[in-house]
Amino acid sequence: MSRKFTPKVVTANDLREGDVIYLTAAGEWTREHAQAELIEDEAIAELRLLKAMGQPDRVVGPYLADARPGPNGPEPTHFREAFRTRGPSNYAHGKQERAHV
Amino acid sequence: MYNYSDFDEAFLRERCAQFRAQVERRLDGSLTEEEFRPLRLMNGLYLQLHAYMLRVAIPYGTLSARQMRQLAHIAETWDKGYGHFTTRQNIQYNWPKLTDVPDILDALADVGLHAIQTSGNCIRNVTADHFAGAAADEIADPRPYAELIRQWSTDHPEFQFLPRKFKIAITGAEADRAVIRAHDIGLQIVARGEEIGFKVLVGGGLGRTPLIGQVIRDFLPESDLLPYLEAIVSTYNLMGRRDNKYKARIKITVFENGIDAFRDATEEQFARLRPAFSGVDQALLAGIKAQFAPPAFRNADPAPYEAALAVDPLLRAWARQSVTAHRVDSHAIVTVSLKAHGQTPGDASADQMRTLADLAEAYGYGELRISHEQNVILPHVARADLPALFEALRKADLATANIGLVSDIIACPGMDYCALATARSIPVAQGIATHFQTLGLEQEIGALKIKISGCINACGHHHVGHIGILGLDRAGVENYQITLGGDGTETASIGERAGPGFAYDEVIPAIERILRAYLDLRTTPEEPFLETYRRLGAQPFKTALYGEGARHAA
Repeated sequence: MSRKFTPKVVTANDLREGDVIYLTAAGEWTREHAQAELIEDEAIAELRLLKAMGQPDRVVGPYLADARPGPNGPEPTHFREAFRTRGPSNYAHGKQERAHV
Repeated sequence: MYNYSDFDEAFLRERCAQFRAQVERRLDGSLTEEEFRPLRLMNGLYLQLHAYMLRVAIPYGTLSARQMRQLAHIAETWDKGYGHFTTRQNIQYNWPKLTDVPDILDALADVGLHAIQTSGNCIRNVTADHFAGAAADEIADPRPYAELIRQWSTDHPEFQFLPRKFKIAITGAEADRAVIRAHDIGLQIVARGEEIGFKVLVGGGLGRTPLIGQVIRDFLPESDLLPYLEAIVSTYNLMGRRDNKYKARIKITVFENGIDAFRDATEEQFARLRPAFSGVDQALLAGIKAQFAPPAFRNADPAPYEAALAVDPLLRAWARQSVTAHRVDSHAIVTVSLKAHGQTPGDASADQMRTLADLAEAYGYGELRISHEQNVILPHVARADLPALFEALRKADLATANIGLVSDIIACPGMDYCALATARSIPVAQGIATHFQTLGLEQEIGALKIKISGCINACGHHHVGHIGILGLDRAGVENYQITLGGDGTETASIGERAGPGFAYDEVIPAIERILRAYLDLRTTPEEPFLETYRRLGAQPFKTALYGEGARHAA
């Protein structure tokens, strides 16, 4: 038996603004982790990543990041990905800034 | 200060135009990211965790008031109103949009600034003693040589694809304020009788394999500088490893081949290259030196300052940390702390930058310096003006009297910004600074250098901190290793790992245990932490960190 697949989201940075973005189930890009598609199947994850890599005019550096289901949608499991959903801890800049507007 | 020639100006404008076209081609899909990435990095543009980051060079740490104002303007116009001064005498903007970067580069070029040689496997911007041209202990101003090296190295066709990045630092004094022993090449200006030359060190560096540079030449005549540098870099270019990124820096080349073999190869290459340098470089150097002529120092009576010192304890406390002897008795060097307790080390708001530019014009002949310790220096201030300058700094919240103390921490951006980081640095620095301020122990602890890196690449110089902190990712959790006894000066040493790492919320208590042990162990209040450590070794501090069983456990 192969090891259990950890669910993933597809994430990247926006080409123009550099902001962190995630791929939704509809194939659109969102800035909110919770709106990302939580992919529970390894083969589908690879397909989704290929789709993201096929949009070099919109996104930079797409990759699969570990995630888990949460009450409002997928949540990051690693602290690095958690920081990417918010922004830095020394100023309320980045996504957390927009959340307060 | 150096003023750009027509050649410099034309070169920079052409680079800006090229990059503008490259960005356009990236946006319209003509360039892939793989094609574009090396082009943007050549112009200092990184993609970080949350956004792009533009790293702007401050060559040899020197800025004019006009340039500082432009940095403020850029921060306000295209970023979030602040900039981050780094341990490499750069300023980083953390939030530029790709579409705005061509305009930012144009704005930089308007004041003779750029982001060239701030990335990639080339010779990076040369860093220098931040007291250059002002220090009382200096043999000669190192900046003309740094500028000569800049002119030689920019777009040097042989050195565009070195095995790895290459960093040169230069100082004009025996006291090493430029960490030259932790650079690929370290240069120290030395005098032999009337003759000026260089002590040349090679193969220093931090990162995952920290090594102290070794002397390759005790005395290099001034006129041999460029051919000898060319000999070192071309020897490294051929001998350096390209099979393994982690073994590609010159420190590994020197370490694996031995300094003697590397020296022999360099000297052989030097003998070949030397005749090709006809003396044009020396003519250029003479012109550059003239541009770095010191300002006409006014001869003001320092008596009012001495009088104010006697009656103003706040001025006294600030001056004790921030004021350094100048080579002209009537003047002083002032270090302005960018480390207000709880603030991000090295960050300056656009307002603060403008205030510093104004004060440089009012009291400092229009000159500013940025130190690798992430502070700002007014290199030439008449002592008579110090009380007025202090008042003005106080009004701008820039008079924190902590230079050289526990809260004067250098910290890399860490995982709050950096894509390479494995843990955060900034909040650890903020927490340590406010903690010891609350305890009221800062003055009692005295001279101390804490340096924090958020990954093994060691941008925060943790190996040469008296106390070094290295943030790592241990099984998905931030974990911090502590090193002790590091030193980045002329008595350089690499810190020793104290033992197992600490969780994020255990770091500040751990630092407090080390420093309380130091307060107990020092012979007198005048014995600084590093001396106590060197006298006693690591064991009492390990015991403070891990308990009595540490001798066996650690």
